[in-house]
Amino acid sequence: MLRTLRVIRLGWLLQLKTMLRSGFDVMTAVFTPILYASIAFFLYRRGGQEETLLWVSLGAAFMGLWSATLWGAGNTIQRQRSQQTLEHAIASPTPFLVTLIGTSVASSTLGIYSLAATLAWGRLMFGVPIDLAHPFLFALAVPAAVVSLGLLGIVMASTLILYRYAWALANTLEYPIWLAAGLLAPIALLPDWVRPLSWALAPTWGVRAVRESVIGGDPLFAIGMCLGLAVVYLVVATFFVENFERLARKQATLSLT
Amino acid sequence: MTVVEAENLRRTYRTTTGTIRRRSLEVEAVRGVSFEIGEGELFGLLGPNGAGKTTTIKMLITLLIPTSGSARVLGHDVVKDAQWVRRRIGYVFGGDRGLYERLSGLDNLRYFAELYAVPAREQKGRIAELLELVGLTGREKERVEGYSRGMRQRLHIARGLLHDPPVVFLDEPTIGVDPVGARELRATISSLTQAGKTVLLTTHYMFEADQLCDRIAVIAKGRIVAEGTPQQLKDRVADGSVVEVEVYGIEDAAVERLRALSGVTAVAVEEHEQAQLLVVQTAPGRELTHVILSHLDGASVGRVTSRAPTLEDAYVALVTEA
Repeated sequence: MLRTLRVIRLGWLLQLKTMLRSGFDVMTAVFTPILYASIAFFLYRRGGQEETLLWVSLGAAFMGLWSATLWGAGNTIQRQRSQQTLEHAIASPTPFLVTLIGTSVASSTLGIYSLAATLAWGRLMFGVPIDLAHPFLFALAVPAAVVSLGLLGIVMASTLILYRYAWALANTLEYPIWLAAGLLAPIALLPDWVRPLSWALAPTWGVRAVRESVIGGDPLFAIGMCLGLAVVYLVVATFFVENFERLARKQATLSLT
Repeated sequence: MTVVEAENLRRTYRTTTGTIRRRSLEVEAVRGVSFEIGEGELFGLLGPNGAGKTTTIKMLITLLIPTSGSARVLGHDVVKDAQWVRRRIGYVFGGDRGLYERLSGLDNLRYFAELYAVPAREQKGRIAELLELVGLTGREKERVEGYSRGMRQRLHIARGLLHDPPVVFLDEPTIGVDPVGARELRATISSLTQAGKTVLLTTHYMFEADQLCDRIAVIAKGRIVAEGTPQQLKDRVADGSVVEVEVYGIEDAAVERLRALSGVTAVAVEEHEQAQLLVVQTAPGRELTHVILSHLDGASVGRVTSRAPTLEDAYVALVTEA
């Protein structure tokens, strides 16, 4: 267990180093949340009350968090395949899921920056107040959301172990998930058939937990759903990674050559 | 004691051709390869590009599942006991990829030390020892993206040895490395068996196989066509002779006619700057120099020499026959 944690910690640290040494990654991480936040504020500012703007601000923060998580988890596998380190990571005695968790947590760490940057941008540029209704539950809601989003990112990225072009499909799911999770508009506005899908998505419960801990309400149920979904995602990710790895060794898709 | 056993290993790849009318093709990369490697032995797998060397190694190191056949390392099946095998083997692929480019050499080694469960208190000393062994001490804090090909290759070797594995697989480890660096690498490889490790080495270079390997298997078109000590392989062609003819503009048809000549065992054409070197191996007791020259169909002929066969000639003959 201790060794597993050490692998995750070092994977996290080195992935952060890798991302911070890429001008593209840094620029994307720094400016994307600010852009998302600005678009959301301009959409809702006219006629919007303070509470609505805060609601939108937190939704925009989760747009950035989800994009960073999804991009990070998928890009890690794609980059490893193109620089031919994917085979090395898989041929090591450490289960590949453990190495994936370390690198995905690094992406989620940048996602936390996205949350903070969005709130700060809203405060500075648009005067949106940041008064936490339940500070303790907010401190619980953020890590619960980050963990569940991170594990959902791993579930989606695991398909990349087997199919090198799976990312084309996963990328197209970025915007629909923003909508289905109620990040920009309330889920109540969506057709009924979308709701079961919304309930299965970590961003739905993550944003609800954070919104209710900031604006007011009872975030405990949403926090519980985040943690429950995290367990489900972990089980699914374990199954997918183990089986996709075995299939990739059978179908010879780990390497580009 | 047998450390590595391959038994009738086969591996087929499925590939597609065409853009609109896609057609699925099956390529048999390895077609029933069998061999055994004893403890402390340095075994060479020698063959041209596409012969199946890398595919064979990838099956042995658990990265590819064989289509059929089986392989064992230290008595454990590479498919059923993949995790057990992974803990006890090291491997090095040739080429300059396979490293985390934006990280330093030291960070690369630290990460793989964790992945290979090197105990935390031993990591620092082990990494320092390996950096010294491969001659990268003092350069370990630089990013890998700035390393030369030789430095990357040496870092690969250090990575493969981090957990002190008893069995090491080296896939063309000196490819693309300058002569001095390659000589140092060969000395490092040689020291592995002196340290009691069992090594499987694939290479294109005959002199490397000749210098390093206890036994060699020649692989061509996915099959092992010969196996033995370097001397035994040389002896296969020792009684014959080799005629080398410097030619200018020889045509493929003429080469094919030479191959069909009675007494000719193998023909190879080496491209030099402006000329070609025609290397013709002949059977024992046959003097064919005049016959060969008369079959060159008007191509300009330069220097003509005759010499005794080398391991490279044995290899060319075996690969040509396959």
